[in-house]
Amino acid sequence: MATRLLSGNRAERGGEMAIHAVLLGASVISIATTVGIVFVLLSESLRFFDLVSVWDFLTGTVWTPLFRPAHFGVLPLVAGTVLVAGIAIIVAAPVGLFTAIFLSEYAPDRFRRIVKPMLEILAGVPTVVYGYFALTFVTPLLQRWLLPDMIIFNALSAGLVMGVMIIPIVSSLTEDAMLAVPRSLREAAYALGATKFEVATRVVTPAALSGIVAAVILGLSRAIGETMLVTIAAGATPRLTLNPTESVQTMTAYIVQVSFGETPQGTPVYYTIFSVGLLLFVMTLAMNILGQWVVRRWRQAY
Amino acid sequence: MTHQQTEHANNGMAPEASITAAAMDGALTAHDGAVTAAVGAAAPERPPAPDRPISLRTENMSLYYGDFRALRDITVGIPERTVTAIIGASGCGKSSFLRSFNRMNDLIPNARIEGIVEMSGVPIYDRRVDVAELRRAVGMVFQRPNPLPLSIYENIAYGPRRRGVRNRADLDGIVQRCLTQAALWDEVKDKLKQPGNELSGGQQQRLCIARTLAVEPDVILMDEPCSALDPASTLRIEELMQELGHEYTILVVTHNMQQAARVSEMTAFLNMAEDRAGALVEFGPTSEIFTNPQEKTTEDYITGRFS
Repeated sequence: MATRLLSGNRAERGGEMAIHAVLLGASVISIATTVGIVFVLLSESLRFFDLVSVWDFLTGTVWTPLFRPAHFGVLPLVAGTVLVAGIAIIVAAPVGLFTAIFLSEYAPDRFRRIVKPMLEILAGVPTVVYGYFALTFVTPLLQRWLLPDMIIFNALSAGLVMGVMIIPIVSSLTEDAMLAVPRSLREAAYALGATKFEVATRVVTPAALSGIVAAVILGLSRAIGETMLVTIAAGATPRLTLNPTESVQTMTAYIVQVSFGETPQGTPVYYTIFSVGLLLFVMTLAMNILGQWVVRRWRQAY
Repeated sequence: MTHQQTEHANNGMAPEASITAAAMDGALTAHDGAVTAAVGAAAPERPPAPDRPISLRTENMSLYYGDFRALRDITVGIPERTVTAIIGASGCGKSSFLRSFNRMNDLIPNARIEGIVEMSGVPIYDRRVDVAELRRAVGMVFQRPNPLPLSIYENIAYGPRRRGVRNRADLDGIVQRCLTQAALWDEVKDKLKQPGNELSGGQQQRLCIARTLAVEPDVILMDEPCSALDPASTLRIEELMQELGHEYTILVVTHNMQQAARVSEMTAFLNMAEDRAGALVEFGPTSEIFTNPQEKTTEDYITGRFS
């Protein structure tokens, strides 16, 4: 007995140690990458802010880093980003919510089993495909039937298609939140003579509200960070406007433009991609923190 | 609705017709509300439970979940304004039986009812029946208290609001009446705005009962309403059931034999057959079921020879 008990701690044997090291290593990779990205963004941005003041950068209304005289006011890029992402969320929030309500409260099992995978396919379509879909299908369609004067690169079709693109994110997170609402609450309302619609809108939706808001915020965060679609379809004109039929440039599209251009390293233009990237990072990070805060703060006790 | 009931009563077989007609009268007086109820409570000379008009009636009712038969050929007449206990071993279909009366089983895909299920002579599985309206007439209290994530006030007001009551004074009156009826008013009258789920378990269950009363049901189904409560809360709910039993038809599923004996006037014993389908073994006055059961299985169950 004593020999068996004292035969060595399994956790200290070679195999266990190796597995422990591999698992730790895997998680360290992602942590190290994140830290590295933040470090590069910060250090390169600091060099940019040696050349241009933070105040001028954040409040300037003209963005012409590639021309003379060069202006480094980031607001036009922010406006373009907010405009496209705003259109996207106006499309995705209601459609995603209704889809989720339908899937969790109305759809028979068989239907759900067809629609869920289709939504996942929608989420798996490469964003470049959405970009060309916006440019070569949605824009001509809008020009033909609604807005004949609209130019080919515009915020509207990019926003609309981006909205469709993030529907799966919004609807699937919302549906998760709705499915987490206990059955007993639905039964309580049904037993009081509530109709299906009343149960969905007045019991399930409020109970799942924190999850729904988080889903919308995460969708918005995805829309702000989306690059390929807007680079292809929204244009390359930094313009301080909220008119959706105009050509704009988003922060991500600008970074692509400069990264692919022949910008010499060390010039102010080169450093702009880091400062714009840092601002983008701060914006999406703020969104994600806000989303998590909302989930915690508004979580309804049931 | 009245017309339909009358028609149905006239079409039925003779003995049943008289029962159904009487049940209809009962339903009508119940609708007159508090006044009738108060008079009823003041006049103690009620007929013995088995002689009261029938409220809920089933005839050869079977319930299926897909291919599985959960209930087999149940024929029973539940008297109105009486507490009727449903007892039986776990898994014998007591809850399924209870949920047949407010069509809660409709929420389960593939659930299917065969046979006759009537309330006050109205076939409740008829296509013309408005299920939401049925569920207002047949309220339900669940095993675990499940207040809506709303204030105490709004929990009570939820049902009336769905029915279109908007006037604040009317709602205030309903809230006070129902909380008083459910013996909860004194404990919560100063904190009606607080969330319902911050009350204790026993208070929550009384809140759920009050909420059910607010839609003015004729029947209240209770699915093991005390199984999640401590003994003191259980006692309060039991007293409440007995009081409400003078005005409402109460059907209560319970695993607790003493509880069935204490609160009910009538008892139905369900048992599982070899094919796992629940069947009604015996139905009668509680005193007889407990002291002089006609069936061997009833006696075995009550005396604890199996559970």
